[in-house]
Amino acid sequence: MKPQALILQARGTNRDYDVAEALTLAGAESQPVPLNELRAGKKQFADYQMLVVAGGFSYADALGAGKLLALDLNSYFNEEISKFVESGKPVIGICNGFQALVKSGILPDSNWRLVNGNSSTTLTFNIQGHFECRWVTIKPVSQKCIWTKELSELIECPIAHGEGNFQVSENFPLVSFQNEDQVALTYARADGSPANGEYPFNPNGSVLDIAGICNPQGNVLGLMPHPENHIHSFQHPNWTRGAKGHSGLALFQNGVIYAREV
Amino acid sequence: MSIYRFVVRFTHLDPRSMGYFSDAQALGFHNLKRIKCQDLYFIEGQLSQDDLQQLTLKLLTDPVTQSASWMETSADLTQGESDSVIVEVALRPGVTDPVAAEIIRAAHELGINGVHRAATGLRFQVEGLNVDGIIQLAKQLLVNNVVQRWTMGNIEPSFPEEVESSGTIETIAIRNLTDDELLALSKDRRAALDLAEMKAIQNYCVKEKRDLTDIEFETIAQTWSEHCGHKTFKAKVVINNLVNGNYQSPITNYPSSIDSLLKTYLKSATDKINAPWVRSAFVDNAGILDFDDEFEVSFKVETHNHPSAIEPFGGANTGVGGVIRDVLGVSAKPIANTDVLCFGNQNISFEQLPEGVLHPKRIMSGVVAGVQDYGNKIGIPTVNGAILFDEGYTANPLVFCGCVGIAPKGKHKKNPQAGDRVIVLGGRTGRDGLRGATFSSMTMDAQTGEVAGASVQIGDPITEKGLIDVITRARDLGLYNDVTDCGAGGLSSAVGEMASKIGADVDLRNVKLKYAGLAPWEIWLSEAQERMTLAVAPEKLSALQELCDTFDTELTDMGSFTGERRLVVRYDGSIVLDLDNEFLHEGIPQRQLKAVIKNQLSVDSGQLAAKVNVKEVLLKLLTHPNIASKASVIHLYDHEIQGGTVVKPLTGIQADAPSDAAVIKPIGTRGMKGIVLSNGINPEYGKRDAYRMSMAVIDEAIRNAVAVGADPERIAILDNFCWGDPLRPDTMGTLVEACRGCHDGAMLFGAPFISGKDSLNNEYLGADGQRHAIPPTLLISALGMIDDVTKSVTMDLKEAGNEIYLVGKFEPVFGGSHFGLVMGEINESIPEVHEITPKVYKALHKAINAGLIRSAHDLSEGGLAVAAAEMCIGGRLGLELTQRLSTRDLFGETTGCLLVEVKLENLIQFEATFKDLPYKKLGQVTSAPTLKFNDTSIQVGELVKFFNTPI
Repeated sequence: MKPQALILQARGTNRDYDVAEALTLAGAESQPVPLNELRAGKKQFADYQMLVVAGGFSYADALGAGKLLALDLNSYFNEEISKFVESGKPVIGICNGFQALVKSGILPDSNWRLVNGNSSTTLTFNIQGHFECRWVTIKPVSQKCIWTKELSELIECPIAHGEGNFQVSENFPLVSFQNEDQVALTYARADGSPANGEYPFNPNGSVLDIAGICNPQGNVLGLMPHPENHIHSFQHPNWTRGAKGHSGLALFQNGVIYAREV
Repeated sequence: MSIYRFVVRFTHLDPRSMGYFSDAQALGFHNLKRIKCQDLYFIEGQLSQDDLQQLTLKLLTDPVTQSASWMETSADLTQGESDSVIVEVALRPGVTDPVAAEIIRAAHELGINGVHRAATGLRFQVEGLNVDGIIQLAKQLLVNNVVQRWTMGNIEPSFPEEVESSGTIETIAIRNLTDDELLALSKDRRAALDLAEMKAIQNYCVKEKRDLTDIEFETIAQTWSEHCGHKTFKAKVVINNLVNGNYQSPITNYPSSIDSLLKTYLKSATDKINAPWVRSAFVDNAGILDFDDEFEVSFKVETHNHPSAIEPFGGANTGVGGVIRDVLGVSAKPIANTDVLCFGNQNISFEQLPEGVLHPKRIMSGVVAGVQDYGNKIGIPTVNGAILFDEGYTANPLVFCGCVGIAPKGKHKKNPQAGDRVIVLGGRTGRDGLRGATFSSMTMDAQTGEVAGASVQIGDPITEKGLIDVITRARDLGLYNDVTDCGAGGLSSAVGEMASKIGADVDLRNVKLKYAGLAPWEIWLSEAQERMTLAVAPEKLSALQELCDTFDTELTDMGSFTGERRLVVRYDGSIVLDLDNEFLHEGIPQRQLKAVIKNQLSVDSGQLAAKVNVKEVLLKLLTHPNIASKASVIHLYDHEIQGGTVVKPLTGIQADAPSDAAVIKPIGTRGMKGIVLSNGINPEYGKRDAYRMSMAVIDEAIRNAVAVGADPERIAILDNFCWGDPLRPDTMGTLVEACRGCHDGAMLFGAPFISGKDSLNNEYLGADGQRHAIPPTLLISALGMIDDVTKSVTMDLKEAGNEIYLVGKFEPVFGGSHFGLVMGEINESIPEVHEITPKVYKALHKAINAGLIRSAHDLSEGGLAVAAAEMCIGGRLGLELTQRLSTRDLFGETTGCLLVEVKLENLIQFEATFKDLPYKKLGQVTSAPTLKFNDTSIQVGELVKFFNTPI
């Protein structure tokens, strides 16, 4: 039976149907669910095997991208989401969803949040100071992350954000990410070699070229780029030049396969 | 209760301040040493120290990158660092402040219930400028007076004032006024009505034996405004061919008068073409076409010029929001935006600027930011557009916003029933945009910025996103019998239009307000954004309410549709407006206008004065702002969301070459069918020959669509006229000529007009007394169909060894050419559209469907040489043009021509497809990255470099 994917719709979520199509193609039953229906108890987190916090501009990025959605996650759904994460079910936050997961403290490590109170990682303004939409190449790294493990191919897909610059506070031990194999995806050049912070390969100035990170358990992934917008060959910028394309799909297939197992 | 001020600073690197610094540099503030931008929040309430801690930590700052300080506003305030001056900026009262609203909501969510009111602002620390410099910097970069106020040092917060709703009604005695008094009244109330119209109102009052209330007068003024009534396009135009006594017969013999340009030229073309795939043209908020058996697509393009001139961000922002609501007004889900923008010369000095005019650089960055903000946040890809520059647009920029929607067939209803409720969804009503419709119908002067301030608003895309979610679902559930958007004229035109047949009875007391104190006429006329009006059967109201609750959208029940054919508006029960529908909607007297048709320049010098260095000319053309890369703007727009952008605005191996058109595969549709979006616009031609210009831009729009694979027999077009003052006979003459060209162009290509819009009076009366008029500008937007998106063709060269052909009737001329712009005007006519062109496009489409075309690019500004250069840039491949090409061949401009790339094995089949049609083989694609023609050769790397020169 197909795993059920809950796609969270907050006020201003706008890539919900994009990711719904990707998950359907990857073999899941995807259901965009308005946040208010969860608050009203019309829908239950527990009834789903996958959780997706989709891209968009929740609350118009007021007071910082993802900030107010993060507040909702913590004040209304803290328990449900903690359960969901602890149960090891696959969770993914894309773009605005990534921002919300980080600013709520669910990423990089929800236990860490409980100890330290406010988060010490963030996604801040792109180094070039403005929103940017362009195609990037990202490299799957983490073998712990259930979404990226055993992905051999580079993923080409667009970014579309103004606040995707992943940064940590000075005291934060960056090396722990590598030790814990939490660096899930990094920005790379077309040949897969590291971007080393060079624009436009690293399109926003993120530290360590980080495009996506996962929690220490590996079931929660957050990323800025949009693999859900590269699930068909005709979406590739060079399909008229024979590019094969749809390299974004594998990541969702990974998630669905895993969701079947738990 | 105390008011606290919070200042939030960046501790990390701060791109926003860096942005302000470079903008200031660009505007010439070279003494500026440093500028730091900080966020300012004012919160009123009963707050403990712990509350304040929580607010800063959890809401107002990003603890990783920012730090904050707070104090009571009553406290003594320090001036930041000694060598820096503080400038603080806040919104004017009544300007929407969504962030402030979120602060209150979120604070309560955090359990900090003591928060009562909030306001936001910006604080700048400026170093290196003296007081005059600071004032200039504030005026030119940091502040827009129209929506913001500012001060040096600390600004006081302004919260929405809490006065009681006024309910005041003025009576306007109009029956005994003289002609002069009537005109004075029209002027005082900024109604923009002429004497005949004022007299018609007077007669109505005499007939009804009563005076008008202010709300009745304002409603008539809105309904009869140029913006809502299209008076000029419906006018009786008397044609006068005499030019200073000496008669030269125009290209065709005109009738002595024309009864409505709209009927005679635009609608008549659509009627004669009578395409079976057109579902709705001109009647609804947007034109509607068949997509497939399941879906229909809709398209509308609006202009928002005047607001963008005085508040670029808000003007463009609400322009995008407005056209999206047009598409929502035909029950469709928006799937693509287009934006065509015209600005003044970016390097003009402040001394040369007319008084009260923003610098074109500032206008451009503001407009682009406004388009970006709305489109990206609401989640609609911006996939097609153009940016043009002409000194004529300095004081009067043009902002064309387009939106395409898709809907299941047969779900859109347009017939309110007696007894239906009059429902308003979405944003609350304030003094926003009062008299916007009449404002947009007036010529601007130095004061316009001041008086029209209220006419401009900042949009709220997230609220409009809620409207999309609610209305598309309500449509599928069949919850309403009619829907329309609140645009210019606000409720007065939305409810007025919906009730125009059966009548309605509404009470303004029910309307939810942003803040109290509005007079009834202000509520009725307010152009507050993000509102839609629906006709809902009483038994379906609860279902709609439930949808609205789910998507955080406010619902207001204003009253009911009556079936009594009168529009009755009450305030708190008592009648404040009671007008006869027929008078309100049909009572406007037809305008009588004079037009002088001047015979157009049609000499052909046939040769050039001096021999030119073709390489120099080509590189110059590539750097011309109209031709140079627009990538820096395009990357600010999300063109990938919804996952259907098959041919993107930028294409080629490095994604840095300009596509001819966009191809979209709408999300959620079956099969591989797609839509094609393109446009044609050419003010240089408009200045010279309005008739040929119309033909040429229709051809250009269609050619662009066909180049990527659109079926030339399934293309619909939209017109947007931006013209000067129609009361001037020569201006009117060019408008008549343009309309005649639209008719002939549409007929030639069998491309029906499905919608259109006119923005007139695009003139600016400078303090110098001079008129600053724009060039006659017609935007043609095309919506085409492609049966299989995987057959689309892009413009980048694909493989070395392929042949390059020129297809189409090739008759290059220099009149209005960009060669003329960079090398000096040449006295020639502008290109004419040839009757064989439709056959060429059909043959090309056949070749594309047969898979014979590897790349195709149209010849436009800069001619053949620029088209060839752009194809090389796209493929990073060379091109060797073996045919001898004259300067005229290289840079002259044409209509109906394209360059196409064909594989060797397909040459015979390709040439067979073009049998009896004009084509010629020009040369080959080469792996060596060099563009070669005659004795000239240019490295592709050099082409790339010049093409990417910043505008």
